[in-house]
Amino acid sequence: MELNFSFMTKYWPLFVRGAGTTLVLSVFTVLIGLIVGVVLALMRLGKFKPLSFLSAAYTEFIRGTPLMVQIFFIFYALPQMGFKIPNITGLGFDFPRFASGILAMGLNSAAYVGEIVRAGIQAVDKGQTEAARSLGMTAWQTMRRVVLPQAFKNILPALGNEFVTVIKESSIVMVIGITELMFNTSQVYSSSYRYFESLIVCALVYFVMTFTTSRLLAVMERRMKRDA
Amino acid sequence: MPEQNDVILKVQGLQMRFGKLEVLKGVDTVIRRGEVIVVIGASGAGKSTFLRCLNRLETPTGGDILFEGESVVHAGRNLNHLRQRMGMVFQQFNLFNNLSVLDNITLAPIIVKKMEKAAAQQEAMQLLARVGLQDKAQAFPAQLSGGQRQRIAIVRALAMHPDVMLFDEPTSALDPEMVGEVLDVMQQLAADGMTMVVVSHEMGFARKVANRILFMENGVILEDGSPEDIFDHPASDRLKEFLGKVLH
Repeated sequence: MELNFSFMTKYWPLFVRGAGTTLVLSVFTVLIGLIVGVVLALMRLGKFKPLSFLSAAYTEFIRGTPLMVQIFFIFYALPQMGFKIPNITGLGFDFPRFASGILAMGLNSAAYVGEIVRAGIQAVDKGQTEAARSLGMTAWQTMRRVVLPQAFKNILPALGNEFVTVIKESSIVMVIGITELMFNTSQVYSSSYRYFESLIVCALVYFVMTFTTSRLLAVMERRMKRDA
Repeated sequence: MPEQNDVILKVQGLQMRFGKLEVLKGVDTVIRRGEVIVVIGASGAGKSTFLRCLNRLETPTGGDILFEGESVVHAGRNLNHLRQRMGMVFQQFNLFNNLSVLDNITLAPIIVKKMEKAAAQQEAMQLLARVGLQDKAQAFPAQLSGGQRQRIAIVRALAMHPDVMLFDEPTSALDPEMVGEVLDVMQQLAADGMTMVVVSHEMGFARKVANRILFMENGVILEDGSPEDIFDHPASDRLKEFLGKVLH
């Protein structure tokens, strides 16, 4: 039983490219998650009951089913029913495959981010809304100018955690053949038969990404507290 | 006494119920331009609810409020226009925590009244100077004392050029030494002819500045009169008892 990392001289670019793909995937996932999450939170908190119900139902359903099922659903099931993501040629990668992964991850993340945003909005003092409305501002102006900026500040740490979670969970999209870090690692160990060493490297790369992210967030959080 | 006699707010049979709890049981009154009205009464008498119904922060369950002839209760989309003409000052100040003092004051004039930013800022600076806080324009609410925050909250409401100002216990959350600076601003405002409805426990202010005092008890206006009527010749036992407790 001895460790042999000599395969790295040949395969290290796969880890680097995989990590890059993982990061791009995660950034887009969190962006979609945030945008859709804000919409879900506003629907949920709004006065129009059918939309509120729809948002709650979506959140429960997404959180109550496996991410893998959702990914397969978007990548295999929707095209079968005629919902195909159009290919964009000349990008150098398989756009529909990549987009399916991001879409599935983003729509999944949105269910969690929606709950974070909802809690953030509810944590903003009611007096802020009353003051804005008493000046004649509309509900939307109040939300956009007064409530959401304060809610966003409250939830930034939780959003950061979501980003860290997404970096790790994105490894699952290897099942539809997206060449992110986990997929590339599997390529390395199946060619080199160095399972132990490949997975150690893979884990370390994930850890560097998540640890750096959480340290950056901690610094940001401290800075925002100081400015407040 | 106000010289003009035109009615600015007319309250008719106002009722408010929270579930089983009946907070307002039929309030009728008329507020005229230039009047300074102080609403007094024990906690739970319905004073704040009455005030919050006037600009419909609470939607009454019965009766109506006419603001310059237009229904507030049935306002629909026009409500935001009516609210622009009714300034409100809160017990907890409620300055926008995410904005500087200057942005607090200019936000509504710019996005609601579509004022030019430069013009709105210039006017905000003039208003700040009137309350002696022009050097705080770039500060954030968290950096200010309660008295400073409340003076800025008053300025923020004034920047919309309201026809009437509503004050909901504006000094109740202040440290005692800061009450005076806020009452001074309010007194100045009254002297300038602003129509004001003030819910307050400051009996000295009520006596000195009010034209009319409403004593509320158990969801109705029990007595309505000049400060002399109310403080020197209370009619009901309940008012006598209340004054006995607050005036010692």
